Amino acid sequence: MDKTWNNKAWFMVLPVLVLVAFSAVIPLMTVVNYSLQDTFGSNVFFWAGTEWFQQVLGSPRFWNAMGRNLIFSFIILAIEVPLGILIALNMPRRGWGVPVCLVLMALPLLIPWNVVGTIWQVFGRTDIGLLGYYVDRAGIDYNYVRDPYDAWVTVILMDVWHWTSLVVLLSYAGLVSIPDAFYQAAKIDGASRWAVFRYIQLPKMNRVLLIAILLRFMDSFMIYTEPFVVTGGGPGNSTTFLSIDLVKLALGEFNLGQAAAMSLVYFLIILLLSWIFYTVMTNREAGN
Amino acid sequence: MNLNLSWMAWTWPTAIFFIVITLLLIGMGAWEYISPGGNPRIGILRFETTRGDRLFVSLLGAAFITLAWLGLIGPSLWWALALSVVYAIGVFRLV
Repeated sequence: MDKTWNNKAWFMVLPVLVLVAFSAVIPLMTVVNYSLQDTFGSNVFFWAGTEWFQQVLGSPRFWNAMGRNLIFSFIILAIEVPLGILIALNMPRRGWGVPVCLVLMALPLLIPWNVVGTIWQVFGRTDIGLLGYYVDRAGIDYNYVRDPYDAWVTVILMDVWHWTSLVVLLSYAGLVSIPDAFYQAAKIDGASRWAVFRYIQLPKMNRVLLIAILLRFMDSFMIYTEPFVVTGGGPGNSTTFLSIDLVKLALGEFNLGQAAAMSLVYFLIILLLSWIFYTVMTNREAGN
Repeated sequence: MNLNLSWMAWTWPTAIFFIVITLLLIGMGAWEYISPGGNPRIGILRFETTRGDRLFVSLLGAAFITLAWLGLIGPSLWWALALSVVYAIGVFRLV
């Protein structure tokens, strides 16, 4: 049956367009304007051309922060996605355990970012924090304030604790939507546990996993509050990710032009990587 | 009503840039109105793209061509612009 085209439907999208214009397009235009100028405040601007972009692109500081961000995103995706699937596979499908597990899983997601940072800042301290104290007692020299390796472990553990639940909940939603008939057919065929996962559960979770990976990649690539609260980007610059560096540049050094240029490069990289992720995964799904 | 937009720090070059983007979007809207459906096809990237996708790939590619030119060659961007136009034509014909 052919659908009836009604162009009046476009008017229904207008409120969203207006909201997006105010929350995204106008700030983006302003950032583009700032990226080509210099200012010392009081709304007085001087044309700088592409100078800020050249400075950003030639700056080791920018590329180092970018490298740290890419490594961080890769590590947390490599941990959170398999771990989230594993937990979702082992969650109960019926009975009283379902609401209990769902609430437990949702809890970390309800905690604001800065509170998560504060929790882990205390948790990791060797004098009063549960984790830091017992790791220290176990004879491991652990100090996230002094040691870059420990700072990375703490920030990764914190992110895994905070966000694996999102992957769990999305995977679980994919799993419960699989009809029992699929499992019964697999049982009749004598399919192994692995075969059920590979040929029934994983394909059915494809779409939600795509959303989970995209969300986690974009979020982790833009991470700011939690590492800022826990390590402040240190020790040295070891946990200074792009967003932390951007804030230091814009607010710490009041270098608005260079910060605007950096945020545009940052935005374009996120846009490109998200588009590649989305395209690869939707086409793989279409191929399946 | 006095709408003061001085905080947005507008300049003529950036205004022209956004006017061109807006005109491109209006043009794509008109194209879609005249020939609805987005002309989906499978090109050299081996996945389906509509003309909207091709515009997105062209603009994103042009942004990276410009950045690469700035980072590797220098501040004069006329050749980067020409390269971006050639790239966009290639995308619209082949992707």
